[in-house]
Amino acid sequence: MAQWPNLRPEVASVHAERMDHLFFFLTGVTLFFTFLIFGAIFYFMIKYRRRSETERPPATRDSRILEITWIVIPSLICIVLFFWGARLFFAAFNPPQGAMEIFVVGKQWMWHLQHPEGPREINQLHVPVDVPIVLTMTSEDVIHGFFLPEFRIKRDVVPGRYLSEWFQATKTGTYHLFCTQYCGALHSGMRGTLEVMSPTEYAEWLRDNATAESMTQMGRQLFTRLGCDTCHLADGSGTGPALEGRFGKPVTLASGESRVVDESFVRQAILDPGSLPLPNYRPVMPTFRGQVNEEQILQLIAYIKSLGSSERSQTP
Amino acid sequence: MSTAVAEVPVQSQVHYLNANYGIKSWLFTTDHKRIALLYLGSITLMFFIGGAAAVLMRLHLIEPAGALVQPETYNKLFTMHGVVMLFFFLVPSIPATLGNFLVPMMIGARDLAFPRLNLLSWYVYITGAAFTLYALISGGVDTGWTFYTPLSSHYVTTHVIATAMGVFITGFSSILTGLNFIVTIHKMRAPGLTWKRMQLFLWSIYATSVIFVLATPVIAIALFLLVLERIFHVGIFDPAIGGDPVLFQHLFWFYSHPAVYIMILPGMGVVSELVTCFSRKKPFGYIFIAYSSLAIAMISFFVWGHHMFVSGQSVYAGFIFSALSFAVAIPSAIKVFNWTATLYKGSISYDAPMLYALGFIGLFTMGGLTGLFLASMATDIHLHDTYFVIAHFHYIMVGGAVMAYLGGIHYWWPKITGRLYHDGWARFAAFVIFIGFNLTFFPQYMLGYLGMPRRYAVYPAEFQVLNVMSSAGASILGVGYLIPFVYLLWSIRYGPIAGSNPWQSTGLEWKTPSPPPTENFEVPPVITGEPYGYAEPEHARV
Repeated sequence: MAQWPNLRPEVASVHAERMDHLFFFLTGVTLFFTFLIFGAIFYFMIKYRRRSETERPPATRDSRILEITWIVIPSLICIVLFFWGARLFFAAFNPPQGAMEIFVVGKQWMWHLQHPEGPREINQLHVPVDVPIVLTMTSEDVIHGFFLPEFRIKRDVVPGRYLSEWFQATKTGTYHLFCTQYCGALHSGMRGTLEVMSPTEYAEWLRDNATAESMTQMGRQLFTRLGCDTCHLADGSGTGPALEGRFGKPVTLASGESRVVDESFVRQAILDPGSLPLPNYRPVMPTFRGQVNEEQILQLIAYIKSLGSSERSQTP
Repeated sequence: MSTAVAEVPVQSQVHYLNANYGIKSWLFTTDHKRIALLYLGSITLMFFIGGAAAVLMRLHLIEPAGALVQPETYNKLFTMHGVVMLFFFLVPSIPATLGNFLVPMMIGARDLAFPRLNLLSWYVYITGAAFTLYALISGGVDTGWTFYTPLSSHYVTTHVIATAMGVFITGFSSILTGLNFIVTIHKMRAPGLTWKRMQLFLWSIYATSVIFVLATPVIAIALFLLVLERIFHVGIFDPAIGGDPVLFQHLFWFYSHPAVYIMILPGMGVVSELVTCFSRKKPFGYIFIAYSSLAIAMISFFVWGHHMFVSGQSVYAGFIFSALSFAVAIPSAIKVFNWTATLYKGSISYDAPMLYALGFIGLFTMGGLTGLFLASMATDIHLHDTYFVIAHFHYIMVGGAVMAYLGGIHYWWPKITGRLYHDGWARFAAFVIFIGFNLTFFPQYMLGYLGMPRRYAVYPAEFQVLNVMSSAGASILGVGYLIPFVYLLWSIRYGPIAGSNPWQSTGLEWKTPSPPPTENFEVPPVITGEPYGYAEPEHARV
C-alpha cells in the first residue's frame, strides 16, 4: 500500500546539498512574502470591512517612499538569488579534470550506457562512490532528458550534439534515473536506476561484466573496418590529416574559421566531412552517415581521444 | 449618496440584447458587446473540453501504473488539455470577452475602431478551433502543447498538422483583436479621457495588445516551419536532415513566454478594477500599476531562454536570461504590493467578485514567487520538467488568470445581462474553487521537488499519496467550476434586475443602463475627472 512520502528527496552528492540550501532559502523567501500578503489581506479584510452601505473612506495619499521600498527590497533579493543560482549552475555543468567518463545514448525509449572499459548497460548504470563521473550524452532520435533527482542534476539529451553533466556520489545506494524531456508514447517508461557502489564492489562488477575490448579498442577496430586508417596515416603522409594529438586542440579550417576538435567536431567530421574543409587537404572524404550509429561514433571518438595522449609522431 | 441607494433598479427598455432578434442578427453582428458574447460562448465550450481532459488525467494518475488509459492516450489527453486551454481558452479569455465588451465602454466610444474586423476575428478563432477539434475527434495528437522537434516534425504519427494549423489560424484572431484594441485606445477615447485618466483595465489590455501584435507572428512562423518540415522534409529542426532541434524551442518560446503575460496581464487589469470598487478606494500607486503593465510587456520579450537552461543553450546566454527573468518579477511584485495597500483603510465588502480578486492576489503571489525557483539557474536544473513547473504555472494560469476571469465575469455580469445572480451561491463557489485549486496544485510543488517528471502516464509508487491528494482536489475544483455555470445561466432568466450600477462603481461602463443600449451611451460622455473618485461625493467624473 502507498506510504507517506518523504518531504525531501535523498541527498546523494555535495552539489545536491548545495542546491538544497538555495532551494530552502527560496522557500523561506516564498513563505515570508506569502504570509506577508495573505496576512495583510486578512487583516485589512477584517479591520476595514464595510460597516455601512453609505461608507465613503477618504482617499489615501500615494507614497513615493513606500513604492521605492518595495521596488528596492525585492530587487536586492533577486540580485542575491541570481548570483547564487548562476554560480552553482556554473559548477554543476563544469566537471573537474580527470573525471571518469560514461557515454550515454538515449533512444525511444531506453538508455544505452557504456563504460570506457567496455561494458554496456541498458537503463541501469553502475558507478563507484566518491569518484567524479562525467556523462557525455547524445540521442539517436528525439530530445530526451537525463535526470538524477537524488543528485539534483539534469540535462537534455539532444540528437546531433553532445551535452554533458557530472556528479560525484557521496554514498552508495540505488537511485532514480528519469527521462524528463517528453519523448513520445512510452516516455514515462524511459526510467532506470543508478547503482552507486563501493570501489571494490565496482571493480568486481567491472570484472564480472568485462568485455573482450575497451571502448578505445572497439573504436580502433571500427577505425580499421571502416577504412579510416587508409587515409588518416599516423605520420601525416596520407590523403587525410593525421589524428594523433589533435583532440582538444584548435584547428583552422579552409575558411579561416578556428574550431576546437571536440566530440561534436569529430562527429561532424564523420557524418558531414564536406562541411569542415581543411587547408592543404582535398575534400575527398565520404560521409559515414547511415554506416555508423551513435554508439559507434562514441567508440570512434574514444579511440581518437586516446590518440591525443599518445607520444607518437606529432604533426603540427 | 443616499439617493443612489434608494433608487429602484430599472431595466432599460431597448438594449443591445433585444435590439433585434434571430440567429442572423448574432452571426452578422458588428456590435462589440454581441461579439464578446459569441466569444464567451465559444471559449466556455473550449474550457469544458480542456477541463474534461484534465479530469481524465487526474483520474488516471490515482494509480502509479495508471488507472484509466494507455500511455498513448494519456499523452493525447495532456496535449489536448494544453492546446485547448492555452490557445483556445486562456489567450482569448479576458481580452476577447471582457475586453471586447468593456474597452469601448470604458473609453466612452460607440464601438471598437474596426467592428467588422472584430467579427472576422471571431470567425478566424472558430476556424482555428474547428481544425483543432477535428484533430481531437479524428484520433488526437501526442506531441505535448509545446510541439518540440524533432519529435513533432518526424517521429509521431498523430494529427500534428491539423493541430498546428488550428493554432496557426487562431493566432490571427489574436493579432486582429490586439490591433483593434490598440487603434481604439489611441484614437477613440472620449473628450477629456487622457491616458492617466484611463481605468487600469485599459492599461493592461493595451499592454496585452502590444504582445498580441508583436509576438503572435513568431509562433505562426515556428508552426509553419514545423509543418514545412513534416510535409516536405525540409531540414529545419531535425538534425538527421541537417536541422537544429533547439532552434524550434527558441522560436516557440519567443512567443510562448510573452503569451504567459497575454494570459495574466488582463487578469491583473480585472483585479485592479475589483479591488478598487469593493474597497471603495482609488488604487494605491495608480501610475506604478499602469506602467508596470507596460514594463512587463516589454521585458517579457527577453526572458524566453529561461525555458532552456538545460537544453544545451550557452551558459552565458543562460546568465542573461536568468537575470532578465528576475527583472520581470519586480513589476509583478509592484502590482501585488499596490493592490494590498489599496485595501488599507478602505471599506471592504465580501461580494463574490472581491473574493475572486483577493484569491487572485494570494495565489498569484505564490505562483510568482515559485517562479523565482525557476529563474534561478541552479534550482531550475533540478525542477525543470518536473511537477514543480506544472504547479508553478497553474498557480499563475488557474490561480491567477482563471480566478481573475471568473471575478471579472461576476463583476460585469449585471452589466452584461442586466441581472443579478445569487450572491450566496457565488461566494460558496468562489470558496470551493479556492480550496479545490490549492488541494490540486499544492501537492504538485512537493511532487516536483521530490523529482516526479511531468508528462508521466505511469510513475513510481512512492509518489502515489501526493498524486491522490491532487486528484481529490481536482474533483472539488471541477465541481467548483460547474456551480457558477448553473447559477449564472439561471440568473439570465430569473435573477433580480440589476440596475445600472449595482456595485456603486466609479467606472465609466457603469454610467449607462444595464444592459447597455447598442450605442453604449445615450449621450457621448465627456470626462472631467480621475477614474477612481471613490472619496468624492457622487463620483463627479462625467
